[in-house]
Amino acid sequence: MSADGGGDRHAPLIAAHDVGVRRDGKTLLEHVNIEVAQDEIVTLIGPNGAGKTTLIRVLLGVTAPDTGTVQRRAGLRIGYVPQRFEADPVLPLTLARFLTLGSKRPAAGALERILEETGIAALRGAPLHTLSGGELQRAVLARALLRAPELLILDEPVQGVDFSGQLDLYDLVGRLQRDYGCGVLMVSHDLHVVMRATDRVVCINRHLCCAGRPEAVSRHPEYVSLFGPRAGELAVYTHEHDHAHDLAGHVVPADEAGHTHNHAHDHAEAHAGTHAGTHVGAHVGAHEKKAPDA
Amino acid sequence: MPENFVLRALVGGIGIALVTGPLGCFVVWRRMAYFGSSIAHGALLGVALGLLFGLGLTPAVLAVSVVLALLLILLQRQRLLATDTLLGILAHAALAFGLIALALMEGVRVDLMAYLFGDVLSIGWADIAWIYGGGALALAALAYVWTPLLAATLNEELARAEGHPVGRARIVLMLLIALVVAIAMKIVGVLLIVSLLIIPAAAARGFARTPEAMALLAAGVGVFAVLGGIAASMAWDWPAGPAIVAAATMLFLASLVAGAGRRAVERG
Repeated sequence: MSADGGGDRHAPLIAAHDVGVRRDGKTLLEHVNIEVAQDEIVTLIGPNGAGKTTLIRVLLGVTAPDTGTVQRRAGLRIGYVPQRFEADPVLPLTLARFLTLGSKRPAAGALERILEETGIAALRGAPLHTLSGGELQRAVLARALLRAPELLILDEPVQGVDFSGQLDLYDLVGRLQRDYGCGVLMVSHDLHVVMRATDRVVCINRHLCCAGRPEAVSRHPEYVSLFGPRAGELAVYTHEHDHAHDLAGHVVPADEAGHTHNHAHDHAEAHAGTHAGTHVGAHVGAHEKKAPDA
Repeated sequence: MPENFVLRALVGGIGIALVTGPLGCFVVWRRMAYFGSSIAHGALLGVALGLLFGLGLTPAVLAVSVVLALLLILLQRQRLLATDTLLGILAHAALAFGLIALALMEGVRVDLMAYLFGDVLSIGWADIAWIYGGGALALAALAYVWTPLLAATLNEELARAEGHPVGRARIVLMLLIALVVAIAMKIVGVLLIVSLLIIPAAAARGFARTPEAMALLAAGVGVFAVLGGIAASMAWDWPAGPAIVAAATMLFLASLVAGAGRRAVERG
């Protein structure tokens, strides 16, 4: 596998070549390349609708790409932290059972060690639905770690977690990456927060925009055009619909009401002094109800 | 020694309760109550077809239930209409065609009430054979898909990423519900079947800390509901199917009161 002769350690754990995905006549991804090696943290960024989650699903093997290939190291163990995880009170489950559900019996002491590392040991007997958003994130992370992953994939792991909680979680991921020596692929739409924890950044917007070290990517023309000129200096971008501030507080026709809500929210976030707009997508998603199943 | 028909009713009812308890937990966890109702209503078409072609009623109902479940799986591949809409179409279409077929059959006197509300006191040993054969099959299949189904119930995306056969487990669950509807119809009737799936599971929720405990408790609640319902039916001449559902409802209410009392004690 290691064509560069750099030894197995530098051979990619997973590599997607020229991946394309089409659904319902719409191109979700085209000509995207990405690889993650052991011992590195790669961050995948892109605006909303850029196909980040689609690419993750391709890497996980859940979605088959229409074009291109995905190569995994033989027997690769992947730990996955999905974008959204809610604990339904209807299902009785303790934290400890949640961690071990559906996996082989973990090595002796592994469960205790991981509970300690993720800081949720005191909650092991607690019903899952009583955990807070931040605790639940750590629980899902712990569940992924319990599978002794060689590659950890986290899809926007900080949704629903406050700003300091986000920093804590990224610090934790960085520490765990060093301790476990695994590769990490993180999805984010906020380069600012992940910058110090990441080795390489891959920026996509349905196609591959640019890739490289965070500082290089933040100055790349395609990155700047996607996220605005200020993104380079601040390494943070404002929401792409940032033309709307003049609407806040004004009465608008009903068919634009949905937009207005988002923009008003966007505006409020900006005044709150944090990175404007980056929470909008998360809030919209959080309002989706759990659909009945059949 | 109770009379023979009472004994058969008890044996048959308990057999059903032992299956609907664990299976009903998944109906509650995965919000499939409307799916169960739809399959049950559609089962009336099975009754009509069974009478029309002189088939046994249980196999005919089973066939129609399974076909409805498979049709739903097929229709779910399109994304313009939601599942509850599809279920509403399938269930009511099957019900309507079933009623038309029953009305057109001349010379066949059909006691519709027996199918709508069950007639547990008239079940025979052949029905009991169906209940225990089908029930054992359903429990074995449920045990087989238990872990992937539980993982998918927890979070479908996570389960898929971890390599659980999510789609297959879901189809198995739908077919099992169709199977249980078919074998339980004689006990409580098509209008009340879903109550045996959801009420015992709902009563068990407050007292379970694990999914498995909830499944066992639900089976226990169901058994007591059958015992209480048939006893009430004997004592006061209540219709047996509704009496079983009434007993289950009383147990559910008792579970609410007991749960509230326990929380009050824990708070001190």
